[in-house]
Amino acid sequence: MNKVFALAGVVIKELYRRKDFYVLFVLTALLTFAAGAMNFFHDDKIVRYVKDICLMLIWVSSLVVAVVTTARQIPAEKEARTIFPLLAKPVSRGQVVAGKFLGCWLATGLALLVFYFFFAIIAASREHSLHLLIYIQAAWMQWMLLAIVIAFVLLGSIHFAAPSSTSTITFVIVAGIMLLAGHLKTIALSQPEPMQGLLTFLYFALPHLEWFYLSDFVVYNFGVVPWMKIILATLYAAAWTTLFLVLAWSGFRRKGLTT
Amino acid sequence: MKAAVSILVAGLLTVAFTLALKLDSSADEWSRRDNAGNFLGLMFGDGRKLMASQFFTMADVYFHSGYYPSVFDQKRGGEKEIISASHGKKEDEEDEKNEDFLGKPKDWVDAFGRNFKIAEHTHLEHGDEREILPWLRLAANLDPQKIETYTVGAFFLREHLHRVDQAEAFLREGLRNNPGNPELLFELGRLYKETSNDVDHARNVWLLAKSKIHDVKRDMESADRVVFEEITVNLARLEADAGNYSRAIGYFQEAQAISFNPGALQEQIDALQKKLNALIPLTPQKLF
Repeated sequence: MNKVFALAGVVIKELYRRKDFYVLFVLTALLTFAAGAMNFFHDDKIVRYVKDICLMLIWVSSLVVAVVTTARQIPAEKEARTIFPLLAKPVSRGQVVAGKFLGCWLATGLALLVFYFFFAIIAASREHSLHLLIYIQAAWMQWMLLAIVIAFVLLGSIHFAAPSSTSTITFVIVAGIMLLAGHLKTIALSQPEPMQGLLTFLYFALPHLEWFYLSDFVVYNFGVVPWMKIILATLYAAAWTTLFLVLAWSGFRRKGLTT
Repeated sequence: MKAAVSILVAGLLTVAFTLALKLDSSADEWSRRDNAGNFLGLMFGDGRKLMASQFFTMADVYFHSGYYPSVFDQKRGGEKEIISASHGKKEDEEDEKNEDFLGKPKDWVDAFGRNFKIAEHTHLEHGDEREILPWLRLAANLDPQKIETYTVGAFFLREHLHRVDQAEAFLREGLRNNPGNPELLFELGRLYKETSNDVDHARNVWLLAKSKIHDVKRDMESADRVVFEEITVNLARLEADAGNYSRAIGYFQEAQAISFNPGALQEQIDALQKKLNALIPLTPQKLF
């Protein structure tokens, strides 16, 4: 387990040495401040559009950090040939996959923490109240979503040719699931067979990432989600993450180490 | 060679400076053309109308705190609720039923997923209506010809946020962009009547609004029919309150000619007719 944590530590160090996170954070902050500075009918109590914009930026930024950081992990090790001394330590391929996943997941967790801290300050300064519980739930659920995404990217980085293609494919799939997965059953019902059967199969087979985006609860101050549902969603995320990690490990075992 | 480059650079700078001076006045003109109003109009062309429409929908989404049908959900009834609210329409049981676009969960995925999205039909209240204003402001900036933006914005500013001055200013901005628009004039009249009880001012504005609707007939567009009916019915009520029953009946009859529900108006005409008859002094012939 120590080897896994050591590998994870290296990934976390890499994140704060690179500029990706800082650039995205500054961009998020700037756009949020610009949105907040706008004056509508001389009413300084209007806040929800600022929260909405800020949350959307946080969501996009954290996804970009997670995908871009993860996609280059294993290909970079292969390209720099550092994978050979790493595996000669000895570290098993399973530990490499687990370490890379844990590092990326914890790193994005840290990034999320900073983002949500900023969000809470902005929201509290405008609303003069702090809805801490729902912020914690929203951040947690987003982190769970990123666990699935990171595991999927690790799997992709083993099978796809380059980090850029892995990233692009992941962005397209995540966007598609977020926009359509919840509606596939409705669409299926209006289609003839065999399309109906295919869409219904996809509806049940795809990971429902849209559950993990609690933006409406945060923006509209709509209370909190029942904790039991959060726990169940966490187990759902854990199941998908494990599945992708096992597939990644299985693929990595069979793949050659040269690029 | 060096001198030639310097001359070339100087020449280009001169051309650039001259063109800038020449185009500056034209750019001002482009901004004013078709009430495009600003840089946004120039940048997006007619695409701004699509964006304005989307922002107007966002105002309705915010009004429902995110409980809103997607393009995949079936929802009966076309009018946005912020528009019907601004026309003073109260929701009945049937409307509430229509708003339940989610229906019963289709399966366990749908049932579980509803825990993570807002699945309850509510409206903003207690001053939170202000949250729709940014979207209306942006919609008005992008498409100054979209009349509903001004009427809805002014209604919420006046009725829910009690900011009459800003409601009037927003309506007047709409009138500057759409001179003589009867819907905007009607809303302005409502503002005078309902907030400051300035009956004379309201009457004048409504009469102006009425005069702006030409060629009144039953087969005119339904939106125009609604506006004409609203104007004439409100004029009728205003005259009835002032005791001018015969004039009120005249307005009700004008409204009745194009109304979707002429029966309801007939009841009001009958009631006014009774009041009018009671006012006519009894003559000796009638006594004997």
